Parts: sequence; structure tokens; C-alpha cells
Amino acid sequence: MTTLAKHTRPAPPQPGTPSPRGGLRRLGDLKIALFFIAPAMIGFIFFYVVPTIRGVYLSFTEYNILGDPEWVGMDNYTAIAKDPLFWNSLAVTGQYVFLNIVLQTALALGLALLMHKVAKSTLIRGALLLPWMMSNVIAALLWFWMLDYQIGVVNQFIEWAGLPRVAFFGSEEWAIPTQALINTWRHMGYTALLIFAGMQAIPGHVYEVAKLDGASPFQTFRKITLPLLRPVLVMVLVVTVIGSFQVFDTVSVTTGGGPVNATRVIQYYIYQRAFTESDFGYGSAIAVILFLILALVAFIQMKFLKGNESDLD
Amino acid sequence: MTTTIGRTPAPAPARRRRPFNPRTAGAWALLVLAIAVSVLPFLWILRTALSTNSSLAAQSASLLPADFTWGAFLRVFGLQSPADAIAEGGSGAAIDFWLYLRNSVIFSSITTAGAVFFSAMAAYAFARLRWKGRNAVFSLFLGTMLVPPIFTALPNFLLIKNLDLLNTMLGMVLPYLFMTPFAIFFLRQFFLNMSREVEEAAMLDGAKHLRIFFQIVLPNAAAPLATLALLTFIGQWNEYFWPLLVGSQDDVRVLQVGLGVFKSQSPQGSPDWSGLMTATLVSALPVLILFAAFGKKIVNSIGFSGIK
Repeated sequence: MTTLAKHTRPAPPQPGTPSPRGGLRRLGDLKIALFFIAPAMIGFIFFYVVPTIRGVYLSFTEYNILGDPEWVGMDNYTAIAKDPLFWNSLAVTGQYVFLNIVLQTALALGLALLMHKVAKSTLIRGALLLPWMMSNVIAALLWFWMLDYQIGVVNQFIEWAGLPRVAFFGSEEWAIPTQALINTWRHMGYTALLIFAGMQAIPGHVYEVAKLDGASPFQTFRKITLPLLRPVLVMVLVVTVIGSFQVFDTVSVTTGGGPVNATRVIQYYIYQRAFTESDFGYGSAIAVILFLILALVAFIQMKFLKGNESDLD
Repeated sequence: MTTTIGRTPAPAPARRRRPFNPRTAGAWALLVLAIAVSVLPFLWILRTALSTNSSLAAQSASLLPADFTWGAFLRVFGLQSPADAIAEGGSGAAIDFWLYLRNSVIFSSITTAGAVFFSAMAAYAFARLRWKGRNAVFSLFLGTMLVPPIFTALPNFLLIKNLDLLNTMLGMVLPYLFMTPFAIFFLRQFFLNMSREVEEAAMLDGAKHLRIFFQIVLPNAAAPLATLALLTFIGQWNEYFWPLLVGSQDDVRVLQVGLGVFKSQSPQGSPDWSGLMTATLVSALPVLILFAAFGKKIVNSIGFSGIK
């Protein structure tokens, strides 16, 4: 997830190596470059390129691990189009993504503003970053315990407040919001720090001018902070969306897709089809669809939101 | 936590002299709340880990451990007899987190060392050497960031299976060993910004690229290499999906997968909560220690991952 964040940043223009000796050596450093790049190239080819091609190929086959993949054309895709479980997984994941966007971005933006206003200490930033350092599995189990229906501390507080206990993981209407809350807990501080870093980059004189012009704090926020933060916000949004679409770990260790189908998210459904039911072709086909969805998200970001351009320049 | 208030520099001296500013106070209150939500759950893990299972229900909101015991720690590290474990609410099934801890350390260390070193080599080729197709190859490498891990996980699983490497450490580390696109991007960026003067002087003295790489570039890049290694290690430590697919047997199972298995062994109707929280704590502890030691490095690196 973090790695994706970096991609949205445009690569700097290639500074050509200053080369007083360039004209003489047409081949450049090709030989030595091959040596330096060889290990990474092995990883790139065998664990990125070949599997990508193989994944697309498998999606057109029927393959249950034993025997050989058998070409079936578009069969998997037509089956998926009629598969209620697939559409359910898409809807459930969409709900999860939506909740994450709203909760995470809103909370992180608020938190970043607070940090920007009153506290810039590393200690506070560190404390807020702590959940992000934890694995999804740890975050999931921690909240699985704290949100337990019977003896979880959160339900204890809810009862003290005079409200009925909530089956956070056990009820169909709460299961996905609960997963989204866990993810929000884990990423809130991290996202806030990204936005905070963006705020730090806005030059102080912009605010001074606004102040001289008599802008209220709210006006300053709406007319200056938000527009200048756009590249950061777009990046945060894209990272949140792309990361949320691939939710798996927290679901896998807590609800396992249930209750009924309430948390059978796309990646969990792929996992079940491929590994539980040994249907690799079908699983791969859903993975291709997920891939296309994510590519579309990245495309929309670049094309319409112009996340890679700053208004500051 | 409240001590942090005194440590932060007030935004402006003029504001500090003001006796009470409701707006600042409100902001602080919200910030303290956010910090509490981020940090208190960890204390709750510790408190539960030191509790007796059967007492948890009666004291579900007490801040102190419910009937203090080290039992859960013994259980998690396989030092408790099955009978005792069952008596204390465990499943009695053999569970040995020492083993998982060891596997996690091996898995994360090997992948981090390999990925960072090989990525540094590649980054050097992209930043310092001139060769045809350099930029095109670099773009291709970066493009792999767009491929979601689930998509390559299925074919990679088949590859590891065909190589007969399922449930081996080699099979688990292979896909991460040679590079990560982010590491290459991160290091290339740093190398490009590094001054070339020393390198060019060495080159005039007839030094070869290999020597320049090892004796000049790597030492000069020690700080970013350390940050990258730290972030990579933590990322690998937290990895769940791939180890779940490839390393399901005990002798290669890592902590994250072990946690999931431990949770699914609900012995007597309800999970062994204190055991589960102890196991969670054991899994979190190495990262917590790294964070305590290098927190500043990590926090400051977040600025980089954002936009400058």
C-alpha cells in the first residue's frame, strides 16, 4: 500500500549523466549495467512479468492444479457475470472502500489540521503512527477482542451508556463497517502524517496574504489549504481506494467472509475459489477483473484529478 | 501522554502568554483523544495477556489484569502441559511461538537484506550508468507497482509449487528476494541527488564501478539504506497473504499466520483471549522495539512518501 503512494509522484526529468567521454563510448556502460541490474532483473521477470502474463492466461482456462490448464475461452468471465457471489463480493468491497474513503480521509484531514495548528512534535506524530506499524492481523485480533459481544471492553462501555450491545463481527449490517473501522484505526495516523507533510509544504506567506485580506480561518481552509493540498489529497484518496480494494487479512482472521456473505470481499472470494475450491482459472479471472478496476482507478486519478500537478508552481 | 503537551513548541510566543484559549484547548483535547485511541489498545493487549481467562468476563472493564498470571505466556511458548493449558482456557493443542518467532525473523531478515542490496545495485545502474534503454527499463520496473499483489500471488504460488518449494523457507522468500519496485525507486532518487564529485575523482584514478559502488556510494547512502531496510523489514514482518499460501506448515510458519491459526482454535466455545493477546503482543513486540529505537527515522520518512 505504501509503495503505491510513491508511484503517483512524477519521476524527475532524467538528468543525463554528464559525459565528457560520452561520444567515444557508444555502448555506454551496458556491460557493467547488465551486471548491476541482473539480480533485480531476475526478480522482475520471474516474479512480476511472467506471473502477470500467466495470470491473464490462466483466467481463460479451467485449472484445478492437478493436470494441465485447459483452454476454455471466455467461459470463466461469462460465469462470473452470472455469479451472484461475485456481484456480492463487489458490492461488499465497494461498501468497504466507500466507508474507508469517508472515515479515513475525514479523520486524517482533521488530525493533520490539529497537528499543524498545535503540535508538531515527533513524539506525537510517532504515537499516531503506531497503529500503522502493526500488521493487519494484529489490528484485526486486537479489535476482535476489544469489540467482542460478550466481554469486549467496548461493548461494556456501550452498555454503561445505556445502549444495547453491538455484535460488531456477528451481525450482517455491522460486519463490513467494523472491518472498515479497523482499517481506519490502522491508517488514520499515517494518512494524517501524509496530509500534514503536504501542509508543511505550503509556504507561510500565502497564509499571511490571506490574513491581510481579512479571510476567516474557514475561508482560508477552503480557498487556500484545500486547493493547495489537492495533489496530496488525490494521492491519499488513490492509495486508500487501491489499498481498500485489496482487503483480505483482517477478514481472513476474523469473520472469514461471514456472517453469511457479509464480508466475502473480492480478494477473499478469489482466495476461496483458487485455494479452497482449487479453481485457479476462475480465481484468476476475478483477479484480472480486480486488476482492471484498480488500473481504472489509477487512470481516473491521472486523467481527471490531475494528482500529479501542483497549483503551487 | 499528557507530558507531551509540555514538550511541544507553542506555535507563537504571543499565544503562550495568553491564559486560556478555548480553541487551542479544544484542539489539544481532540489530539489527546486521537493519541489515546492509537495507543491505549496496546495497553489493553498487555493487560489481557497478563490476565486469567476465566476472570476476564467478570472484570471486563478493569484496567488492571484480571487475576494476574504468567500462564498465557507459558502457554503461548509451549511451556505449559496440555492439561494445565486446558484448565486455563487454552485449547491444549501444541503451540510454539518461539518457532514462529524464529521463522519470522529469518523470513524478514533474508528478504530485507536481499531486496535492499539487489535494489541498491539496480538503482546504481539506473542512476549512474549510461546504457541504451535505461529509462524504458526503469519505467517497466515502476509499472510493476500497479500490479496488485493478489494478481501475481496465484501464478507465483503455482511456480513455487512446480519448483517443489512449498513449505520451504526458500519458496517463501524467493518472490521478495531480488527487488521491490519501491526500493529501486527510492534509492535511485537518492543516488541522483548525491554529489558525483568523489565518484568522478575516483573514476579518474581508474577505479572500477564495482569499487565505486561498494566503497563510495553505499557508505554515503548509509542513512537512506537504513531507513529503507527498516521499512522493508517491518513490511515483511507484517506480511500475511503470501506466507499463508506458501508456508502453512509449522516449521516455516511465521507469526502472522500462526496468530490466525491460534485464533481459529477456539477451545471451549470462546477463544483463549489471554493466550491470543499474549501471542499478539509477542508478534507486535519486535516492531514496537524497532519503533522505540528508530521512531524518528520512520516518522521522518513519511514526508518522503508523500509529495515533497
